[in-house]
Amino acid sequence: MADVMIQVDNLSKHYGTNRAVDEVTFSVHKGEVLGFLGPNGAGKSTTMKVLTCFLAPTSGSAKVAGFDVFDQSLEVRQRVGYLPEDTPLYKDMTVLEHLNFAANMHGMTGDRVQARIKEIGGRCGLTEVAGKLVGELSRGYRQRVGLAQAMLHDPDILILDEPTSGLDPNQIVEIRDLIKEVGKEKTVILSTHILPEVQATCGRMLIISGGKLVADGTPDELRAREKATRYRVVIAGNGVTAEAIKDKLAALSGVVGCQKVEGEAAAHTFTIDGTTTSDLRKPLYQAAVDNKWPLLELTRQAASLEDVFRNLTTGEESKS
Amino acid sequence: MSTTTTVAKREIRAYFNSPVAYIVVTVFMLIVGYLYWSQLFLEKQAELRYYFNLTPLVFTFIIPAITMRLISEEKGSGTLEMLITMPVRDWQVVLGKFLAGIAMLTAIVGMTAFYALTLAWLSPVDKGPILTGYLGLLLMGGSYIAIGVMASSLTRNQIVAFILAFAISFALFIFGQIVQYAPDWLQPVLAFLSMGNHFESMSRGVIDTRDVLFYGSLMVVALVIATASLESRKWK
Repeated sequence: MADVMIQVDNLSKHYGTNRAVDEVTFSVHKGEVLGFLGPNGAGKSTTMKVLTCFLAPTSGSAKVAGFDVFDQSLEVRQRVGYLPEDTPLYKDMTVLEHLNFAANMHGMTGDRVQARIKEIGGRCGLTEVAGKLVGELSRGYRQRVGLAQAMLHDPDILILDEPTSGLDPNQIVEIRDLIKEVGKEKTVILSTHILPEVQATCGRMLIISGGKLVADGTPDELRAREKATRYRVVIAGNGVTAEAIKDKLAALSGVVGCQKVEGEAAAHTFTIDGTTTSDLRKPLYQAAVDNKWPLLELTRQAASLEDVFRNLTTGEESKS
Repeated sequence: MSTTTTVAKREIRAYFNSPVAYIVVTVFMLIVGYLYWSQLFLEKQAELRYYFNLTPLVFTFIIPAITMRLISEEKGSGTLEMLITMPVRDWQVVLGKFLAGIAMLTAIVGMTAFYALTLAWLSPVDKGPILTGYLGLLLMGGSYIAIGVMASSLTRNQIVAFILAFAISFALFIFGQIVQYAPDWLQPVLAFLSMGNHFESMSRGVIDTRDVLFYGSLMVVALVIATASLESRKWK
């Protein structure tokens, strides 16, 4: 496709014997906001460091805006805005000096620099701290300086490594809105280990674990991939033992697992796992009616992203 | 404006925002001032000989103090990642840092021109050796700066960078002092590698192409190693 902005093929990065990134393949299209998810140490930052030409891949290739990150790294870096993890900045410069420095490094000169700094500084809410030293700023403001600096040269691609880490909830919302707005015209990759963040900002997500890509899709697609659908059934305990109910429920067709869990004192509570293909609500209701169990509650719980994430990432760890 | 000068300008500004620059300048001026004035008043000799004789030694610890932070600080604080993911080549980063060090060197050496001027005011002086001596100081100092940049590129710890640069610089200085005690076959090697020997003829007013080439190649080699050290993060 013509609008592929990032193409990663069988990318591996080893540190000694440690495979930080292992045979990862994915692509990102123009106008996409891609969430890069994984537990700490899964290889998110390493992948981003390769995409921004800070590290070279051990094997495989990565193309950004059509340029190879190793052979044409200057061309890549001209088109990428990068916010490294923990937002490293020169503490001895003022915000304005820092943005000027970044503009000069990107070869911007003259009136364009001042106009652009004014525009981006305004969008990132930096106007009132322009004259302050970066080292004196709070975490949230420093993050904004990093973000402003990444966007200053109007790059086609933004690569943001944990853009909201360390921010307070209000700041997180502000930064997310900013990313969403930017994501309308640009291609954005952001890494995080905070799940609500992906749901709030990203159209698509990749889950990486132990250096391997374990999932790729929209949040809805990934939720649908979760194999089991879980039901919660509460039956009033008038004379029937929990075991008797459990046996009958487990025997129903489509039920994968049935477990008694803690619940109300005068009732039996069960969680029942069924396949995603069948809807167990009717059979469960029918079973209650047939056996004259007073059914107090019957709910189907959609798999959450947390479940998807936990299943995918803990499974990988036990393998390695 | 090229990225090299942007890097250099930032470093020069960083120098004057940190106390290190002021301490280094003060210490250097005190040492050199003592050497110069004591000679003038105690021995009633108006000349820059002592200054020129001892500066190679003074440089071995003054210059590592100037250069220690140049790259190691960025490695330690992580700003190197920010800098080097901008569209800049690794050698441009190294060269920019080196030029900032040279600017600092020129500033402190330039301040001692005050002594040369008082000298010229007190008595008629031979301008030639003074001018070539100052040129020699810049070339020798530049070599020390390049060694310092190299040392700074090899570590993320400023103290380690300082000690490493001092060790290399001091070794190159001491080679000249121990030539006569070395075995015969080693003498020409030590004499050739000595920082002071190449400077000595310049401080006497002789510009020998071999001396200039020595300092020039030393700078190139050190800066190439520094660049390779930055690039080593990309080695497979």
